Amino acid sequence: MSYLEYTVKSTPSGYRKLFHMNWPLTLLLISVAGVGFLMLYSVAGGSFTPWAEPQIERFGMGLVAMFVVAMVPIWFWRNMSTLAYLLGIALLIVVAQFGEEGKGAQRWINLGFMRLQPSEVMKISVVMMLAAYYDWLPENRTSRPLWVLLPVILILLPTALVLKQPDLGTSLLIMMAGGGVMFLAGVHWAYFAAVIAAGMGLLTAVFKSRGTDWQLLKDYQYRRIDTFLDPSTDPLGAGYHITQSKIALGSGGWNGRGFMQGTQSRLNFLPEKHTDFIFTTLAEEFGFVGGFSLLVLYSLILIFCLFTALATKDRFSSLVTLGISLNFFLFFAVNMSMVMGLAPVVGVPLPMVSYGGSAMLVLMAAFGIVQSAHIHRPR
Amino acid sequence: MKRHPKELGRIHRRFSRRALVLGGLQAGFVGTLAMRMRYMQVDQADQFRLLAEENRINIRLIPPTRGEIYDRNGQIIGRNIPSYRIVIVREDAGDVEKVIANLSQLIPLSEEELERARTEMRRSAPFLPVTLADQVTWEDISKVAVNAPALPGITPEVGSTRVYPQYEDFAHVVGYVGPVSDYDLSQMTDPEPVLHIPRFQIGKVGLEAKQEGELRGKAGAKRVEVNATGRIMRELDRQEGQAGADLQLSMDADLQQYVQARLGGESAAAVVLDCETGDLRAICSSPSFDPNLFVRGISVADYRALTEDNYRPLANKTVQGTYPPGSTFKMITAMAALEAGTVGPGETVYCPGFLKVGSRRFHCWKRGGHGYVDLLNSLKRSCDVYYYDQALKVGIDKISDMARMFGLGVKHDLPMSAVAEGLAPNRDWKLRVHDEEWLVGDTANASIGQGFMLASPLQLAVMAARIATGREVSPRLVKSVNGIEQPSGAGEELPINKNNLRQLRKAMYAVSNDRRGTAYRSRIIAEGYRMAGKTGTSQVRNITAAERAAGVIRNEDLPWERRDHALFVCFAPYDNPKYAVSVVVEHGGGGSKAAAPVARDVMLQALYGGTPPLEAYPAGDRERIKAQQQRLERDQRPKARPGEKDRA
Repeated sequence: MSYLEYTVKSTPSGYRKLFHMNWPLTLLLISVAGVGFLMLYSVAGGSFTPWAEPQIERFGMGLVAMFVVAMVPIWFWRNMSTLAYLLGIALLIVVAQFGEEGKGAQRWINLGFMRLQPSEVMKISVVMMLAAYYDWLPENRTSRPLWVLLPVILILLPTALVLKQPDLGTSLLIMMAGGGVMFLAGVHWAYFAAVIAAGMGLLTAVFKSRGTDWQLLKDYQYRRIDTFLDPSTDPLGAGYHITQSKIALGSGGWNGRGFMQGTQSRLNFLPEKHTDFIFTTLAEEFGFVGGFSLLVLYSLILIFCLFTALATKDRFSSLVTLGISLNFFLFFAVNMSMVMGLAPVVGVPLPMVSYGGSAMLVLMAAFGIVQSAHIHRPR
Repeated sequence: MKRHPKELGRIHRRFSRRALVLGGLQAGFVGTLAMRMRYMQVDQADQFRLLAEENRINIRLIPPTRGEIYDRNGQIIGRNIPSYRIVIVREDAGDVEKVIANLSQLIPLSEEELERARTEMRRSAPFLPVTLADQVTWEDISKVAVNAPALPGITPEVGSTRVYPQYEDFAHVVGYVGPVSDYDLSQMTDPEPVLHIPRFQIGKVGLEAKQEGELRGKAGAKRVEVNATGRIMRELDRQEGQAGADLQLSMDADLQQYVQARLGGESAAAVVLDCETGDLRAICSSPSFDPNLFVRGISVADYRALTEDNYRPLANKTVQGTYPPGSTFKMITAMAALEAGTVGPGETVYCPGFLKVGSRRFHCWKRGGHGYVDLLNSLKRSCDVYYYDQALKVGIDKISDMARMFGLGVKHDLPMSAVAEGLAPNRDWKLRVHDEEWLVGDTANASIGQGFMLASPLQLAVMAARIATGREVSPRLVKSVNGIEQPSGAGEELPINKNNLRQLRKAMYAVSNDRRGTAYRSRIIAEGYRMAGKTGTSQVRNITAAERAAGVIRNEDLPWERRDHALFVCFAPYDNPKYAVSVVVEHGGGGSKAAAPVARDVMLQALYGGTPPLEAYPAGDRERIKAQQQRLERDQRPKARPGEKDRA
């Protein structure tokens, strides 16, 4: 059912929209962000500077953004999808040309008041684009090869651009989120089976090609894989992060050492302790109880998104909601796997907790779309 | 688009099905994460906690040994010596104040240092060591070691610190190191972990700062097992770092020492440049300071004394100080005119003592004028009018270009702090910076190195070397890095007429060898070592019409800071130039009197590679020179310099 088919009048309007928001989701987001402030405060050695304070300010901005986006009817966002997608692609091209370098990769555009990471925007725009596409596509064409090829191109274009930055982690996330939306839209199983088979083949090729002229990944990416497979090979170099991260995490025990009492994450020169590795601090200071609680909070967010998606009969709303929730899931799943030594070290932050403005802002805006879908659902 | 209700139902059912499948997969993964977390934090917690605590495996950085700095003959300029300090670990000490009280009965502790340590202890984790006393003698360390049982939590630590055994001689060249400050860290985008080690020394100024990347080396690391009290139980393995690269300078420490002594505390600068390779043999700024003071942390009183000194000991006058080059610039004006063809070497100009430019008279330093002068005579006697005349014919832009070709107004690439660019102005520059048209009078001023023109002593030496060789000699300070020879500064042939250059050198030869030359009194008479040079006296004030009317005021009658700068540039031997020397004596008066004798002595010292024989000096000077040599030898510190003993 498309929005044209139900009466617009039945959806709430004006300030009454506020009552029809998905409030549990809002409160969950605030509590997860709160955990983030606490950890950033602790990592800075009990100080609001340099991380907690700007993070709080940005979360405030994000919250405002979420409310603004939520108030706008979901059909507006549906109509904006193509534009958002094109804008995302344009930003990626701009960043490739004029972006600022950070840690050997071109990722940032400096907007003056903040540094925008177009790949963050892209993660959401891809999902919106695909949801709009399937909203438009007649159901019986969903699995026809030509109509499958189009979304694949829509996914691969930004993936390739992000991969060129080079940012392997984010490009994989974009691909998986896009694939997830296709799956939800009902594309035939066989396509996914084929892609997974091809992926396995590619993985083999990646390893076989190492050291030859047609080597597929950068050397540092191979080293990351090596150290992931066996961190002890290079305990002082690249394996250092994983080893340190595991020790910090494991030593937290059942209920942790207590707030601000973590030694490992403070004592060691663990880099990125305020961004990618912030979960280790949480797990060390609050132990399994703390880490598991965060996992529960995250899962509840996913569950409330799922409710929204199943409650609406609008195809765009349901696809975009689950696409965004999938994105969110991939974020924290990859990050937690990384710090627990289940995945190689790729630069993926812990959503809503890690220090970082543009990721948080984009995520909050995306949840605004989920809220909008919830408010404006056909009743 | 419009969908059939049947289709709608199908779509919704399929979506719900797939959403639940995906949700199931997610739940499965979240479950895996939770299991993994439980496994690590509950099942393996003891093991990890063991790793983290009882037998904490710590990765300790091994600070790299900083590269040492030698002169061209292997004399040490900057080296590392062991330094001892006493640290306290709060959680091991128990009653910190009691332990400190015990300690202070054994060794002297400064109240200032203790206060700083107490503040640091309040802020840092209890298991982190805090320094109580730095730069402790070996005897004191032994006392602490013997009394260890009474001093829980106290450990002596050995580190390394920088010393500069040449004291002030190389302060401006090499600079000094100091502990990393918060400010330093804030200036770096991605500071290496080693910089966080307390009291790790990095280059702050000069070569030490500029070559930091090479000198620092790479930190190693060791994995150590430490027990609950933080004591290291054993070392598991270590990865050696890479020591910093040793730098060999192109400089000659003996010559440097001589030059420093010869400048004798005057506010002055001298540069000795090897014409063939561009090697800087000596580069002295006087007065200087002892860089070791800064390594230890200079006291407020000492620092104030340095900053309030009129002679500015902290400034490196050789590269950072820029002066109007005065008459030493006349070679450039002459060369520009010769190259442009507006004058031939033999053509004469009449000097009546002034040149009228527009309504203004530009005076020659000699009121009565020099009469008819050609290139050789004008340079020899430093006639100003000749150069006013040439400059007005050839124009400022060509002069400015020529100056740049000879290394003035360009920044030479040297690993020293604040290397000045100087200024060789032209029309564009004035329009750009002052937003004014270039005036004819500016050209006249520039022709004799006054007005806007500015050059550093280093640039003047480069100019002399380029005139001497006709090549684009550029200065080189670092001869080799870890034994790898660095590119020489010999340079390409300059695109100028060789004959013109020969005429110019001939004129410079006359300056110091012709009876009427301005530097005749500072000549070298040893055959084969004859020197060619040019004096310069640059005004730091305008002579007012009233002053001119009242008669020339003698420099000696003026307060120091308004006296003229004395300059001299030279190269020798004349037939086969080996060294180029420039000397600037700030407010020293006339170049022939204050700068040329210094340059001559320095040149001889360089040419002979030590004290020159008296026969090299004109017969009349020998008595005076002999006395001077004896005095300087007495003043110079003995060659074997204490480094370690001094630290005690």
